[in-house]
Amino acid sequence: MLGRFPALAGVDLDVEEGEVLLLTGPNGAGKSTLLRLLAGLAPLTGGEGSVLGHDLATDRRALRPRVALLGHETFCYDDLSVVENLRFQARAIGRDASAAAAALERVGLTRQAGVPHRLLSAGQRRRLALGVVIVRHAELLLLDEPHAGLDAQGRTVLEEIIAEASGRGSAVVLASHELERARPLAGREVAMAGGHAAGSAPDAATPSRERALL
Amino acid sequence: MRRFAGSVLLVAGKDLRIEARSRVTTNQVLPFAGMVLLLFAFALDPDRGLLPRVAPGLFWVAVLLAGLLAVSRAFGIEAENGARDSLRLSALDPAAIFLGKAGAVAAQLLVLETVLAVGLFLFYDVEAREAWLLALAAGLATAGISAAGSVYGALAAGLKVRETLLPLLLLPVVAPVMLGATRAWEAALGGTPSDAWPWLQVMGAFAVLYTALGVLAFGPLLEES
Repeated sequence: MLGRFPALAGVDLDVEEGEVLLLTGPNGAGKSTLLRLLAGLAPLTGGEGSVLGHDLATDRRALRPRVALLGHETFCYDDLSVVENLRFQARAIGRDASAAAAALERVGLTRQAGVPHRLLSAGQRRRLALGVVIVRHAELLLLDEPHAGLDAQGRTVLEEIIAEASGRGSAVVLASHELERARPLAGREVAMAGGHAAGSAPDAATPSRERALL
Repeated sequence: MRRFAGSVLLVAGKDLRIEARSRVTTNQVLPFAGMVLLLFAFALDPDRGLLPRVAPGLFWVAVLLAGLLAVSRAFGIEAENGARDSLRLSALDPAAIFLGKAGAVAAQLLVLETVLAVGLFLFYDVEAREAWLLALAAGLATAGISAAGSVYGALAAGLKVRETLLPLLLLPVVAPVMLGATRAWEAALGGTPSDAWPWLQVMGAFAVLYTALGVLAFGPLLEES
């Protein structure tokens, strides 16, 4: 809800295992809100939804450790170093801290391992956020404007992450304005406008009741 | 149980590491508390006989005000870069997050109290006759302030007015702790030690109550913040 108005309405999504779904639409269309809803961070105030078998109305806490959300923030602490942030994220999800070293190398931040988050450039922060996604090794990847702020090497890593996740059966939902980069990654596209899923390709017939099933 | 304890240590270690790096406690909170004690000493200087008598109360006022800063800081770091969402997305038990954060605040307060106590003995002309009683009262008061502070810190965390709201919420609630700690320290610094027991019980009950409340309520508080 945004005040008295629903942020999302008439959204009906089914995403298969290993599928890469692209959400498109103008600013304020509800893409980020939908991703937060699917991550279990935003409450479902109407309709019904299930992600990875977890009911979005009643079982969000159990869902969250199984998803990775790349949002507009890094989810990291300013006064912890790059590697300390990744280790904390790994241990907080129940993974071994050694996962952090692999993620660090993967996103090309090995030289910055000891640098505090607050001293990183915007591009390095974006890479660190990608590192957090890698560390989580999630069954569902939710990527909000994933290309933003990434250089060519970072974009390559991003594309590898998406391909690997899809290959191991994890669903990927990405919201992007950079369609020329995002479309080749996605198997299906859903256009959103005003909190509604306005249509999808190849199947544009979208029922109007609120429902999300992943 | 082992996993739960590991989660508590993970969160507490993270908070303490951040404080060690940022040095907010050593460079801001500790000098602030020291200044409170020093200014009271200057203000009461004409009547030197008064200082030892008011020392326990002034000490715990300084600790409480410093505790507010520590609690505010503990939850302020979760507002950076969406870090609170990362806690919500984690597999950590909310009760473990609460105990970890309260434990980190308690550790900082204990260090602060130790340094302030040295200043108190140096400048306020008091003697530690019953050191064990001072330590026991300080431990119970610290546990109560940390637990209640973490509950109300989480409650205020998501609000724009959190820095002004936190003192309004917390100070009235911890009044029994401040009163109990002051009375127990008065008893230890020159009174009758047995007079401290009722206050120790009050502080113990307070600490248990707010620790239990935090363990039970931190999940919903984290959701709402």
